[in-house]
Amino acid sequence: MKDINIEVPSQTIFGLLGPNGAGKTTLIRIITQIIFADTGQIYFEQEPIKPEDIRKIGYLPEERGLYKKMKVGEQLIYLARLKGLSKFDATKKIKFWLKKFEILNWWDKKIEDLSKGMQQKIQFIVTIMHEPSLIILDEPFSGFDPINVNIIKDEILELKEKGCTIIFSTHRMESVEELCDHIALINKSSVILDGSKKDIKNQFKTNTFVVEHIEKLNPVDSAFEIIDQKNIEENIYQSTLRLSNGNKANQLLSKLIDTTEVRAFAEKIPNMNDIFITKVKEEENE
Amino acid sequence: MNNIFLVIQREYITRVRKKSFLIMSIVGPLLIAGLWIIPIWLATRDTEEKTIEILDDSGLFQSKFSESTAFKFNYLDTGIDEAKQIFSSSDSYGLLYIPNISLDDPEGITFFSDKNPSIEVIQNLEREMKGVLEEIKLVRSNIDKATLEGLKVDLSIDMINMADGGEKTGSAGVATIVGYISALMIYFFVFVYGIQILRGVIEEKANRIIEVIVSSVRPFHLMMGKILGVGAVGLTQYLIWLVLSVGITTGISTFYNVDRTAAMTENMEMADDGDEGAEFVAEIFNSLESINFTLLAFAFLFYFIGAYLLYGSLFAAIGSAVDNDTDAQQFQLPITIPLIFSLIVLSAILREPDGSLAFWLSMIPLSSPIIMMMRIPFGVPFWEIALSMSFLVAGFIFTTWLASRIYRIGILMHGAKVNYRILAKWFFMKN
Repeated sequence: MKDINIEVPSQTIFGLLGPNGAGKTTLIRIITQIIFADTGQIYFEQEPIKPEDIRKIGYLPEERGLYKKMKVGEQLIYLARLKGLSKFDATKKIKFWLKKFEILNWWDKKIEDLSKGMQQKIQFIVTIMHEPSLIILDEPFSGFDPINVNIIKDEILELKEKGCTIIFSTHRMESVEELCDHIALINKSSVILDGSKKDIKNQFKTNTFVVEHIEKLNPVDSAFEIIDQKNIEENIYQSTLRLSNGNKANQLLSKLIDTTEVRAFAEKIPNMNDIFITKVKEEENE
Repeated sequence: MNNIFLVIQREYITRVRKKSFLIMSIVGPLLIAGLWIIPIWLATRDTEEKTIEILDDSGLFQSKFSESTAFKFNYLDTGIDEAKQIFSSSDSYGLLYIPNISLDDPEGITFFSDKNPSIEVIQNLEREMKGVLEEIKLVRSNIDKATLEGLKVDLSIDMINMADGGEKTGSAGVATIVGYISALMIYFFVFVYGIQILRGVIEEKANRIIEVIVSSVRPFHLMMGKILGVGAVGLTQYLIWLVLSVGITTGISTFYNVDRTAAMTENMEMADDGDEGAEFVAEIFNSLESINFTLLAFAFLFYFIGAYLLYGSLFAAIGSAVDNDTDAQQFQLPITIPLIFSLIVLSAILREPDGSLAFWLSMIPLSSPIIMMMRIPFGVPFWEIALSMSFLVAGFIFTTWLASRIYRIGILMHGAKVNYRILAKWFFMKN
């Protein structure tokens, strides 16, 4: 990886994006001190990261699993104690989480007797049970059914409210759209995009608007350009219009009102999926 | 450091709780005790009384067969056909027919029976008849039995070990047995528990729990925790075996004690020279004394643990590099070769426990534990032991370092095709 410089604001959900093999997992492994960077420094809570900081980090790897022959309760206690919790505290916290997910009766079940989705829930608890201030989730939703995805999503948002910082690595752009406040896009081991979701979206705005109106528009005005126009219902048309430089949305609207009857008017905001694809392709063409 | 103990604890508890551990703990001593008990049981079990009809046409064997609890003899004085009929109608074990034989060429002796007679019975009869004939021949040659006994020479060389100034009676036989047992115990321990380490590492990799664990434990701590935890399981198993074996064997011996002492006294009375047995026992005890047991026990413990740590870390490194047991085999071979080689050359070492082959192999850490344990009962200069032990310590520090460098990379690699060049690359890779 080269010249990676990312700042993750605290108490936000930070989306770490990038195509396969871009270096996301490597970066995460460096943050979690599983491997070490040849050069560079990670700062954690304004200070160079220390080995003890690992106890304040919760990491859910993409490649994850549990000891199949161990029982749920003892396995969770073991993993919590590795994070520095006492046996007593660990038991208390684990019971809290199991109760919250309504799975306290799994305590004496062996992992191998649980379904994949059930194991995923246990793994999520492993990640957060020691109350870390930084939570790193690598593809957290893979293997979950939609109901459980929502449970986990709610949990992530709740953790953010409680003050946790969450780094979230995924390919699923709709969850990025939904959850993330900040985003960094990594491709070929370097950062190609970094900032708040709002800023990035603004940056990728193309000044295009989708308008529904009655009667066909004629491309006469210099203020805008008609990219696309189609008849969606009898006498109702949907047009995609691009504003020429210097013009504001209101000017466009007033011009449209003069010429036709407007039924709907909305700015076309690029979604993360488009931004992702545009940006990665751009890089490849260079 | 605290984490290393948690890892050891988990490895230990999960393994000791397994059913297979419990089963092995019970079956092991039973097997060991079985090795002691079965011969005793065979020797003392009540054999069925066998009656053998004897038709002696030569007249040399009248009342010469010695009766015992196992055999009764019934001498017939009829023709062979009639004898066969008598035998058929009786429930005797067999009919021994001795024709009119010549002393120099006793042929035509036949044993009739309605089932295949046991070799033991036949050998017993042959031995008795030989004795009778030999005695007759002695008389014929004018030699009495006492003269013959006087001609026999009984000779054994006393071995005195003059090392360390003192003089100690030794016995190559006892030293060989002690050496073999210690060497074999180290060999099996390293092999059995080394493979367990390997399996454990592969399991963590295959389970994909490894990345969760190494985000809270340093890979080196995880590796050492596993090696030490598995080792502790092994030691526990050995200890249980020792205690149970001694317990069972003592128990059984006490139970059979009466019979055995009785049998032994009987044997001694039967022997012409009653002191011989006692002398033999005394000799064994003398030579056991000649072995320095404090040194032996210390050396055994040292080489035992040293060998385990040395090979254990190598097994861990292999486990980390591969994805499954099958892939592990190609890397296992170079590790197991020195172990097997040490075991094979043991007989060569025995011929020359102080030769140069023995010396060099007991300096190389890969072979020194097994070779040294074979040599120590024969007496090894102190400086050699000290040197070999220091090399072993240096050896396992080196293999642990080597293994930990491969391990830290290997555990995170899934589905990578691994060969020796890649292992070397991982080894030299900076953090």
